[in-house]
Amino acid sequence: MPPSAIDGTLLFALAPFVAAALGPWLTGLIGSRAGWILAIVPALLFAHFTTMIPAVAHGDVLAASVPWVSAFGVDYSIRVDGLSLVFALLITGIGALIVIYAGGYLKGHAHQGRFFSFILMFMGAMLGLVLADDLISLFIFWELTSITSFLLIGFDHTRAAARRAALQALVITGGGGLALLAGFLVLMSATGASSMSEVLALGDAVRDSGLYVPILILVLAGAFSKSAQVPLHSWLPNAMEAPTPVSAYLHSATMVKAGVYLLMRMNPALGDTALWTTILPIFGGATFLVGMILAVKNTDLKQILAYTTVASLGLLVMLTGIGTKLAIEGAVLYLIAHALFKGGLFMVAGTIDHETGTREITGLGGLRRAMPVTFAAAALACLSMAGLPPMIGFVAKEVLYDGVWQAGGLSIALLVGLVGNTLMFAVAAILIIKPFFGRKTETPKHAHEGPPSLWLGPLTLSVLALASALLLHDTTHYFVVPMASAVYGAPLSIDLHLIPTKISAPVVLTVITIASGIGLVMVFSALRAAFAGLVNGIGWGPDRGFDQVLRSLVFLASGLSDILQPGRMKGYVMITFVVTAATLLIPMWVFGEWPRFTFTWPDAPFYFWVVFAIAAVSLWAVLVSATRLIAIVTLGIQGTMVAIIFMLYGAPDLSFTQFMVEVLSVIILALVMTRLNLSPSDHRSWGTRLRDGTVAIACGAGFALLLIAVVEQPFDPRLSDFFAEYSRVIAHGRNIVNVIIVDFRALDTLGEISVVMTAGLAILALIRLRSRHRRFDPTRPDLDDGESLKEAARDA
Amino acid sequence: MNTIIFRTIAPFLAALAGLFSVFVLLRGHNEPGGGFIGGLIAASALAIYGIAWGVAPVRRAIVVHPITLAGFGVFLASVSGFLSFFAGSAFLRGLWISVPFFGTELDLSSVLLFDIGVYFTVVGTISTIGLTLEEPEVD
Repeated sequence: MPPSAIDGTLLFALAPFVAAALGPWLTGLIGSRAGWILAIVPALLFAHFTTMIPAVAHGDVLAASVPWVSAFGVDYSIRVDGLSLVFALLITGIGALIVIYAGGYLKGHAHQGRFFSFILMFMGAMLGLVLADDLISLFIFWELTSITSFLLIGFDHTRAAARRAALQALVITGGGGLALLAGFLVLMSATGASSMSEVLALGDAVRDSGLYVPILILVLAGAFSKSAQVPLHSWLPNAMEAPTPVSAYLHSATMVKAGVYLLMRMNPALGDTALWTTILPIFGGATFLVGMILAVKNTDLKQILAYTTVASLGLLVMLTGIGTKLAIEGAVLYLIAHALFKGGLFMVAGTIDHETGTREITGLGGLRRAMPVTFAAAALACLSMAGLPPMIGFVAKEVLYDGVWQAGGLSIALLVGLVGNTLMFAVAAILIIKPFFGRKTETPKHAHEGPPSLWLGPLTLSVLALASALLLHDTTHYFVVPMASAVYGAPLSIDLHLIPTKISAPVVLTVITIASGIGLVMVFSALRAAFAGLVNGIGWGPDRGFDQVLRSLVFLASGLSDILQPGRMKGYVMITFVVTAATLLIPMWVFGEWPRFTFTWPDAPFYFWVVFAIAAVSLWAVLVSATRLIAIVTLGIQGTMVAIIFMLYGAPDLSFTQFMVEVLSVIILALVMTRLNLSPSDHRSWGTRLRDGTVAIACGAGFALLLIAVVEQPFDPRLSDFFAEYSRVIAHGRNIVNVIIVDFRALDTLGEISVVMTAGLAILALIRLRSRHRRFDPTRPDLDDGESLKEAARDA
Repeated sequence: MNTIIFRTIAPFLAALAGLFSVFVLLRGHNEPGGGFIGGLIAASALAIYGIAWGVAPVRRAIVVHPITLAGFGVFLASVSGFLSFFAGSAFLRGLWISVPFFGTELDLSSVLLFDIGVYFTVVGTISTIGLTLEEPEVD
């Protein structure tokens, strides 16, 4: 392919975002048919990525990059190798089918345009994630998928269950994303690499780094939360609150595989250590089994599919952890197979729900005549899911059995794989037998075949699951080999056969799986009851744990704000003053920097002493005043005297301002007094007075001591010299104070006046709100600070 | 407040103080004064008028809601900062021009515009607080 095409991919990969912007508008214009038009975008992208297949199969890595936030060394860069190309093809290919499907599924929904917008946004984010080379941009796309997933799960936002599920998914996957970011940052600082290509080129450097363990744990936290590994899996079944196209696309085929993608991507750099080959199989195996047990237990079609997805993700993690060539081939094949059958089965479940009005598997039956095309699609998908020939799922299971067998023979992993696959077989059989065979049951809606938009997607995916197995040689050459090589970190040569050529361990294991699977189908109801009993017996699960964590968080937060914001003015004022006094006094005490009191008697004229005396007397008057109003006014007198002192010492601007501030604060304080139903005089007990007085004196002494200490320092004239020299020359003003305010430090002033205005707005809102509050609840006491609440005489 | 003397002189006092506030504002660059002090004086002028005659006449006198004045002030200050972009210099760099004015040179500047913005912000905010507090509560 020409070298310029990959540069174009940089731009094309953003096309879903453009389509997302146009989605609502187009839907407003032509309604649900917009799905067919919007699907052109992912379809074209799919076509674009298919042109890269030959080059990638040849072993090339295509890359392109443009600087994004160059100040932080963040690039927008893409890297297309076998792994990212298969993912890109799945995202765009299934994405096109899903958009068409959503056109039919949500036909007539009031917010269908919004839905298209969200799902295309997700597509862009997911595509960015798998293509991203730069670690930081990978993280951004990663979180973007969490956010779009939140929007899509909560799409039906009027239902509380949907909102809870959306929040849960966001908290778990978003939290995991933050861990991933931390992991990337540690990785970047430990190795200096900022992109995947650099990390992969490091060889053993990451494994040998002293920070390998924290990097691994953080990256695994991100990957496990995204790919729903036990015990972080509960968000995925709950995410089934989303409309079915979302479940098919995000929560089976693409987003939940992001964690697996990341593990596969970083396998060459992080894998093949004792820690990796222990943690991954343990978590993956546990997830596989727990997922299957819960899948058997459930009766809702979507829940069953969700739990089998959890299980499949566990299987993929387990295989990636085992990390041998065959295990990775098995993981790659199973990932492709799973995306094809599970995406299709979800759409089938949605179609059944859409056309019959129920998803309860116990209430469905005999649909194969009513919905023949859907039945055909479901049958092929279930064959693949059960791991039966001639489907790609069969090949995947053969290879993964081979991988697990050759890695450790008769091991726990093999047992887990055998049990899990047997249960998977049984569930797949039930999924096709219960709804489609047997006697036709009565359903809320009269069952009939859905429109083309509803069966096109599942049918295409199922046929692909068949075709990829029939054309196994090409599938292997073009997809499996390049992807497995990228995951393994070295070129692999793979030769696969649809029909086993000799009797070997995998064949025996498959026979055991099928035989015991058929046995389980026979007793499926009993099995379901047993598992339900087991799960109910345990009672507690991570889903309930999530609620408990959130509840305690809310409890803690409200408790904390009850302490910090009790709504008592007196408390706020007390805290403010105590903290002020502490910040003033404690540093001086700790560092022993008390002022030295090199006190000289000021040589001042007599009128200075008069002003000073008035200030002192008015302070005394504040303390002894009979009513609060007198206290406020006398405090104003004291402030005015200070303003005069400023004037006498040659600071006219300061003096002016001080004077005006005093006048206005007296007015405003007096007005506030009339608003609060305070008694005109002060009724504090002597104990309270003592406490308040101590705080007041501590605060005042703190300021005084600090000022004295500051003045004792030698005066550094550099700033004042600068302003005196340049105020006139470059700022054309003689009044230095004003020049500083409006010119030298104008940006500060702009910030300050914005704060002043905002404070004004807030006060306005507060007073208005309070009067409205009173109107609604006139009995509520306005002030509850232990003061007298008796009606105060209003100063009208 | 309903003393006849205060009621009679309050409008004149307020008008004088208002005029004085503009004077203080304009002389600020070279003599003591400026937008902040000017704004405080204007706010106290409005407060005096309000105490004497009630809130409604004050609201009529300033036409717009006082918080609008505050917003306008911040807007004006920001705009004065952006003016320097047209001169190709940094945000808030002072620009000066001299215009002939009745036989004398008048120095106008973006800095003056900025100071006027400060003035309006202070008047607006203080009057918002004062007037809202003075108004009887809607019970």
